[in-house]
Amino acid sequence: MNIFKGKGISGGVAFGKLYFYERTKLALKRCQVDDVDAEIAHYQKAKASAVQKLQALYDKALREAGEKEAEIFQIHQIMLEDPDYEESVVGMIRNEHVNAEYAVGKTADRFAAMLSAMDDDYMRGRAVDVRDISERLISLLLSNSDVAPIESGGPVIVVADDLMPSETVQMDKKKLLGFALSQGSCNSHTAILARTMGIPAVAQLDGQIDKKCSGKEAIIDGNSGTVYLEPDAATVEHMKEVRRQHIERLQILDQLRGKENITKDGQTVQVFANIGHVADLNCVMENDAGGIGLFRSEFLYLESADYPTEEEQFSAYKTVLEAMSGKLVIIRTLDIGADKKVDYFKLPKEENPAMGFRAIRICLKRPEIFKTQLRALFRASAFGKLGIMFPMIVSVEEVRKIKQIIEDVKVELHRERVSFSEDVELGIMIETPAAAIISDDLAKEVDFFSIGTNDLTQYTLAVDRQNQELDGYYDPHHKAILRLIDMVIQNGHRQGIWIGICGELGADSELTETFMRMGIDELSVSPSTILPLRKKIRSLDLR
Amino acid sequence: MEQFTYVIKDSAGLHARPAGLLVKKASAYSSNIILKIREKSADIHRIFAVLALGAKKGDTITVQIDGPDEKNVLNDLKAFFESYL
Repeated sequence: MNIFKGKGISGGVAFGKLYFYERTKLALKRCQVDDVDAEIAHYQKAKASAVQKLQALYDKALREAGEKEAEIFQIHQIMLEDPDYEESVVGMIRNEHVNAEYAVGKTADRFAAMLSAMDDDYMRGRAVDVRDISERLISLLLSNSDVAPIESGGPVIVVADDLMPSETVQMDKKKLLGFALSQGSCNSHTAILARTMGIPAVAQLDGQIDKKCSGKEAIIDGNSGTVYLEPDAATVEHMKEVRRQHIERLQILDQLRGKENITKDGQTVQVFANIGHVADLNCVMENDAGGIGLFRSEFLYLESADYPTEEEQFSAYKTVLEAMSGKLVIIRTLDIGADKKVDYFKLPKEENPAMGFRAIRICLKRPEIFKTQLRALFRASAFGKLGIMFPMIVSVEEVRKIKQIIEDVKVELHRERVSFSEDVELGIMIETPAAAIISDDLAKEVDFFSIGTNDLTQYTLAVDRQNQELDGYYDPHHKAILRLIDMVIQNGHRQGIWIGICGELGADSELTETFMRMGIDELSVSPSTILPLRKKIRSLDLR
Repeated sequence: MEQFTYVIKDSAGLHARPAGLLVKKASAYSSNIILKIREKSADIHRIFAVLALGAKKGDTITVQIDGPDEKNVLNDLKAFFESYL
């Protein structure tokens, strides 16, 4: 057995025979041409033919795979019609008196090199597209036949260096089990196709699979990015189990999507998602979250070399709110401390950053930063259903100060005639023992609580989460934590506000029943745990 | 001549899909349209030039429009940038 490792670009596990895909290398000869006009006309004819063929490929891809898969062929059409590309080909034919296919070949080299030199992974991937359209043109100019079909009886795992859209689109989909590429990337066209088809794909394999291995048995694992050539019995058994789990996960997703988070005896709870980046929105939607219970705004500050402007923040918040179309989105204000890398904040070095100048404390001491974030949030509130929550609260005074600053922001926006929602819910994170203990007073000041169990556990048990020496001491199921959570929920309900959990404990299925019995209103968890959590909730009977 | 600037918000920057849509849209316009990022400029009808701008999230792109339908184009393109970038 040989094991090849690479990058998993499409998940799933498949068992099958390997099939080596080899592109017929079109030998490009440079020839002298005398009648340049005829040669240019020859090129134009091939180009028109290519554009037409691309239209047919677009339709085929749309039918068999989908819009995302198909749109690459429209891009190819635009590339073919590009004036720079054409000027290069026609110019070379006219000035150097060379044959069209040679001119196209050299043009392809130039444009592909330009794209390959860019520092963006996505752009480098587009060099494949230039090669594809150029191969297509050359093929037509030399009157070559189409892409060779897969010569095999049953379905196979295709091995190649990378595959061009024209090649994959013409493959018989029923024969495809997976792709094993020595090049390729997450942005490869092949990756998109594999994901659409739901078959595994691995790119950038660390070794060369010998051509002589064609027809040999293999297993491809698109999650871990591994290809097992001629797997031994133990591996086969193990991977069968991995595949079974993968399929089961997918089935859960299918069955539970759209279903309510309701126990057998009719008790419901909101299940929301925790995310840290606008890019995670896809996961939120895919996993059927009821809303976003924690949107960590730190990425705006961490990914910047200077304070993010109001415009930049507004744009990000607006994007999230609009994407969630009316579902509640709770955005937490900046939660940064000396332990994070944000030099421009110029935070003094601290002995105990966990208990230091961080989060809301920075915001209240530097209200300009706070106001910028609040202005951006309120402006965005006009585009969806927004909730704002404040981290690391320890006193009623802090909350009152926050609300005063918010009033100032609202007055400013009114004066500037900028619209915002009057229904923005304001909440606080309960993550300090102090907040938990005075939660009865705090409940009178806000619309909701969200319990940050990670930090609450750390501060209550006096245990540093990061210290591996203390692993035995960090017990999130500790009676003290559960008592505090219960107290917070009861105090909150007495004042008529709702309570959620946004810490890791929310996803802990061993505690779901306990939290439901306490009367928790919302659990906000990482997107991949939403549906398993729903499964757990639906299995409970609290009678 | 009309002109506007826009800060790119999409984390993927000006990648092939919006570039393609932009080129397609522009084929219906009569005006000349130039896109500029820092010192690099590109004619909107030329997809390779547009891609070569390497416009990423956070970059400020300047759009210069010159021609008979410049006012319409301005509004049209502004809306396009807002939606796709």
